[in-house]
Amino acid sequence: MAENSDLAVAGNGLLSRRLLLGLSLGGAAASASSSLLGAEATRFVIPEWSKKPGPGPSAYGQPSPFTTGIQRDPGRANPLYPGGGASRTPLHQLRGTITPNGLHFERHHAGVPAIDPAGHQLVINGLVKKSLSFNYDDLIRYPMVSRIQFLECSGNSGALFRDNPPDGTAQSIHGLVSCAEWTGIPLSVLLEDAGVDTAAQWLSAVGADAASMGRSIPLSKALDDVIVALFQNGEPLRPEQGYPMRLFVPGWEGNVSVKWLTQLKLSREPSQFRDETSKYTDTLADRSSLQFTFPMGVKSIITSPSGHMQLREQGLYQIEGLAWSGAGRISKVEVSADGGNSWAEALIDSQAGDKSLARFRLPWRWNGSAAKLISRATDSSGAIQPTRTQLLSEKGNLAFYHFNAQQCWGVDTSGLVNNVYV
Amino acid sequence: MNRSLGYAALVILVSALNFTVHAQDKTAAFFESPDLGNEIQQQELVPLDLIASDESPLPAGNGTAFQGREIYAEKCAACHGDDGKGGPANQPLVGGNIHSSESPLRTVGSFWPHATTLFDYIRRAMPANAPKSLSDTEVYQVVAYVLYMNGLIDQYAIINADSLPLLIMPNAEGFIDMSK
Ligand code: HEC
Repeated sequence: MAENSDLAVAGNGLLSRRLLLGLSLGGAAASASSSLLGAEATRFVIPEWSKKPGPGPSAYGQPSPFTTGIQRDPGRANPLYPGGGASRTPLHQLRGTITPNGLHFERHHAGVPAIDPAGHQLVINGLVKKSLSFNYDDLIRYPMVSRIQFLECSGNSGALFRDNPPDGTAQSIHGLVSCAEWTGIPLSVLLEDAGVDTAAQWLSAVGADAASMGRSIPLSKALDDVIVALFQNGEPLRPEQGYPMRLFVPGWEGNVSVKWLTQLKLSREPSQFRDETSKYTDTLADRSSLQFTFPMGVKSIITSPSGHMQLREQGLYQIEGLAWSGAGRISKVEVSADGGNSWAEALIDSQAGDKSLARFRLPWRWNGSAAKLISRATDSSGAIQPTRTQLLSEKGNLAFYHFNAQQCWGVDTSGLVNNVYV
Repeated sequence: MNRSLGYAALVILVSALNFTVHAQDKTAAFFESPDLGNEIQQQELVPLDLIASDESPLPAGNGTAFQGREIYAEKCAACHGDDGKGGPANQPLVGGNIHSSESPLRTVGSFWPHATTLFDYIRRAMPANAPKSLSDTEVYQVVAYVLYMNGLIDQYAIINADSLPLLIMPNAEGFIDMSK
């Protein structure tokens, strides 16, 4: 399959996703084996680790010491914003759709509290028949559900609103999205215990961190699919994800999934917290500002090849990436290698269910010329990921949150990959 | 061949039926609550419930900007600047004009729709290096000072649970509620 011309499906080297379905990539295999040359003399020697027993079982497994480069990027601590900041998931170094717990992105407004569950209470008050408090051991006995779903900070990719394309990697530009299996109690069960007053329309969730992060959520959503999550990928939540308990609000901006959850208060009106007025709102060109823009729009990104990667030689590569939508499932991902002139449908290789990350893949032959790689997703509601131009014409360039437009990785003739605008 | 296909179809059918039974379980007894919450009186929650909004009552106490000046200088200025126009923490509290032709500076004065948010936020989260270290009276005083620096009240105006919700912020009408 020298040129795969019969399998070309769009411009600039995109090949049919059928190539990924059960076919072995002859070209890739051939170049892979030839690139092993060099260590000729020692190629078939029995390695040291095959000659002596390694350490035995351990209490809590750690990644291989040869993968220690796979890290979040917490940045430098700022003494004027104690504990504040974010770390991003190294999306370009991970494959599949589940984010390992230690690499789930973080956003804290006053650091990670060290909570002893024995001293933690979850209180429900406000417009309820009876105010209730629950401790951790009470909640562990409640019926639970498990769902594999993404969480995305609404500030993710926000730098792409700015006039000049930010120079960065998939991690630094898009790393405020992760996906885990969340297990917890349907919030409706706890609210039913308290007996919601018919006048209640909103629910305020407050965390036990030093910022006492608060967000208001419409009661209709709270009763629909929100859970009080206690487990993440099977183990108790990590402290930085809200141990011992967090709200998990499927498909909505990450900040409403309040961590270290300690209070739920029912009311007629939203509480107008600082983080739903001053922040997490978007100002439009006419200077009006959008408030309570909860759902995360349909979005996709290419994780490989992606920013700051270097293609070493011409030949066959697999383009892959992630797609998700707050409205449901991903039904289609298309990829362009020529800046959006022609598109080919990628294979959606893995997607656990509603509001989970989908992994897409498509073979691509790089012929050494400049390329512009873009992905565009369609979700089960029929929404199509907009172009950046479309998004900006709608939201203007004062906005910062909810950037879900198509993003382009430019590959130059030397094979270097960088974020560009088309 | 046909036979095994038939068998496969049967398996699919049976597991589909199984699933339906499952789904029904989930709507009925599946989510029955063990009802383990401990009933508490609203009054017991006063120390914990920090929500201060137009709807949740603000606490007793009051303050003026004149009284808040010193607290601000001592506990806020290092990060927000002496005049509130932004300091090393780069969080300006004062100034800006939402209608300016350039990218508008969004602050308490130019952007915030509700004055009560200021009490709520400072009480729960500020000063960032010692949250919840101020008394309610001190919070009222420093709230008044931030409003005063923004030219929204004079320095002797009394800020309390009655007056704060009545203060109309310049950008009060500037927001569109997208949850509707
Ligand atoms: C150690 C530095 C520090 C000190 C001291 C401090 N702040 Fe802050 N303040 C911050 C930071 C950082 C933020 C942004 C926090 C965030 O975004 O999560 C902030 C945010 C704010 C905001 C919200 C601004 C906006 O437009 O959203 C207000 C209001 C505020 N501070 C008031 C105060 C007051 C009043 C004091 C004194 C009682 C104070 N701060 C002391 C660092 C500080």
